[in-house]
Parts: sequence; structure tokens; C-alpha cells
Amino acid sequence: MSYQLNFHDLVPYLPELGQGLLVTLELTLYATVGGILLGTLGAAARTSRSRPLRLSAGIYVELIRNTPFIVQLFFIFFGLPAIGVKLTAWQAGLIAMTVNLGAYSAEILRAGIEATPKGQWEAGRTLGLTRFQIFTRIVLPPAFQRIYSSLVGQCIIVMLGSSVISQISVEELTFSANFIQSRSFLSFESYLLTALLYLILAVFMRRGFGLLASYVFRSQPR
Amino acid sequence: MMQFTDWDILRNLLLAARWTLLLSLIAFIGGTLFGLLLTFMRTSRRKPLVLLVRGYTELFQGTPLLMQLFLAFFGLSLLGIDVSAWTAATLALVLFSSAFLCDIWSGCIESLPKGQWEASRCLGLSFFQTMRYVILPQALRVAIAPTVGFSVQVVKGTALTSIIGFVELTKAGTMLNNATFQPFKVFALVALIYFMICYPLSLFSQFLERKLNVSGKH
Repeated sequence: MSYQLNFHDLVPYLPELGQGLLVTLELTLYATVGGILLGTLGAAARTSRSRPLRLSAGIYVELIRNTPFIVQLFFIFFGLPAIGVKLTAWQAGLIAMTVNLGAYSAEILRAGIEATPKGQWEAGRTLGLTRFQIFTRIVLPPAFQRIYSSLVGQCIIVMLGSSVISQISVEELTFSANFIQSRSFLSFESYLLTALLYLILAVFMRRGFGLLASYVFRSQPR
Repeated sequence: MMQFTDWDILRNLLLAARWTLLLSLIAFIGGTLFGLLLTFMRTSRRKPLVLLVRGYTELFQGTPLLMQLFLAFFGLSLLGIDVSAWTAATLALVLFSSAFLCDIWSGCIESLPKGQWEASRCLGLSFFQTMRYVILPQALRVAIAPTVGFSVQVVKGTALTSIIGFVELTKAGTMLNNATFQPFKVFALVALIYFMICYPLSLFSQFLERKLNVSGKH
């Protein structure tokens, strides 16, 4: 092989890559918070006693889990304006990520909720707690602890999936990589470096969530 | 200018969906073969092999599939191989699937009690005999539901090949949208077709999980 990899000429473009990285981080942060909130609501609906609630949450979860993220993104960004919902690319990207993570985390969290021993609901009722109180104070915290690592895995998958948002011209990490390769003609090197950044980001997210867990779940027996 | 009726849109999307199906099938079969090899390497307990496979799975699970597609597309041409979008897409998806399948399967194998290995050793079975007669028959039962579940990820993964210019369902959707200016209808239909491919697979996986739920039923 005669080709020499040339990373040296990428150095002037590093600020662009940093900019992109920040946008990816920002999107991931908002989508993680929003997605987990949405997922909690979804899981509550899926385990509720009301049939229409269960059904609509089920349709939401299955629709999202069985279609590709890029199609959801295109539907939100190109399709919704046709019925009068106008969004910027950044908003569309964030909504797509949030809705996507919401469905997956609802499904993950549902498994955690269903693993709650029945006696805990009964004990809660005996103590005179309302259904809402039992759900938020007794059922939810250990359920989160049970499914924490799959939830973290899903957040990382959504972060990696956000690279697709470059396709609707949100200037995140992959967009920067596309820009750099079109300027420098060093396509392989640009994408290799970017892939490495994603890998580092994924590792750091796992670490960060691990630290968060040891803080949040410190008082609970395991 | 050509006018597209709703039927034209649907017909063209369904024609393009064949390529989604074909690519998924090839990626899944290729991923299965290569993933099996990786699984054997990972369960072999030879340190360098295990580390190598672990690094491989980490790499493919820690980077976006889109990056893998780009790297396959531009990397192969660096090697002097003239790549079509089809080749790059196949290569990237096979490598991607093999990493995830290896992870699923080695998880299943490791979930079996250690005593099974020890008992086989006592009976004088070799590594391959242990695998063939003791481990795999049991691991297969545990593995089948998550494997079918992963096939959904493969189908959804093929949607990204539209970005490197492979004309499958998603690419056909964007092209039809450019021709008809009916994004709502076109992308809703695209999503619906994906759903009709993936949902039966999801249901089948859930069914298998319930039916083959082996934990504590021996």
C-alpha cells in the first residue's frame, strides 16, 4: 500500500471539530434529560390501569422502535412543515432524539417497573398512600436502579445515532467531519479522527453515568 | 413533468424496499458467520484472542454506524479497491452486525453455569466437543430471541446506507420527495413500510422469548 495517512494537515481544522463536538454534547444532554422524562411518562402510561393510555403508549413505543431513526428525523424535519409545524433543523434534530430515546427508555423502564414485587404496592396502599405516591416514591426509584445500565447504554446509542442529524445540516460532529473532508480531501483521516472522538465520548458517558449512579443510588442497598 | 399518483409513490417505495430486504439479509448472514468466528475466539480463553475480540466489539459499539459506513467507503478506496456504495454498505453492515451478534452470543454462553465446562473437562471432551455437544445446544435456546431482536436493528441500520448513495427504501423516499414535494405522505409511507418489516420480527422475538424462557424451568 503506497498511501500514507496524513493527520498533520487536519490540525488547522481542529477548532471546527471541537465546535461540532460541543453541539453533539449539547444535543445529547438535552435529549437524555427529555428522553428519560418522556420515557418515565411512557412507562407510567404503559403500566397504568387505563386501557386507552396503555394502548396509546404502546403504539408510540412500537412505532418508534420499529422504524429507523433517520426516517423519524426526515418525517419530523421535512414532513411536519407540510402540515404547518415549522421547525429549525436543530429543533427537529433534538425532537427526533428525544422522541426516540423516550420510546426506548419507556420500554426499558417498564421492565424495571414490572419487576416490582406486588407486596410493595399492597404495602403502600395499606399505609394510605395514593397510587401516584406509591409509583413515584416506592416503585420508581428501585426500578431505575434495576435498569440503570441498559438505560445508560440506550443514551449512548442515541448519542451515536445523533451523527445522522448532520444530514439535515445541523452542525454537529459528523457535519464538521463532512465539512473538513470536503476542504482537505483527507476523507479517511477526517472520519477516523471523528470516529475516535465518538468512541471517547461514549467511554466518558459510561464513566460519567457510573459516577452519577454511585451518587444518586448511594443510600439504597444493593 | 411526470405526475406521480399515490400508487406510483407506493409502487416505487415497495420496489426499493426489496433492496432494503436484500441488504439486511446479506448483512445478517454475513454478520452471523463472522460473528460466530468472533464468538469462538472470545470464548477460547486465549488472552490475546479475547482482548482482540473485546477491542473489536467495543470499537463497533462505541462508534456511529454512519462513521463505519464512511470509513468503509473511503477506506476501501484508499486501498485501491474501486468501491460501489453497495460494497461499502455490505462490508460495514457485516462488520457492525458481527460485533453486536458476537456480544449477544458470548453473553449467552457465559450465562451458562461454569460447572458445565468443568464437567465436560472431566469427561475428557475437547474444546470443540464441549462446544458442539454441551454448550451450544443450551446457549442456542437462550440466544435465539435476542438474535431475532437484533435483526430489527440490522434492517433499521440499512437505512443509513442511503447517505452513501445506496438506493434503498430511505433513499427512494428522499428521491420521491424531491420529485413530488409531498414529504408528509412520502416519509409516512417509508416509515410504514419499515414498520411492516420490523414489527413482525419484534413480535416473533417477543414470542420466542416467552416460549423459550428457560430460566428456572428445568
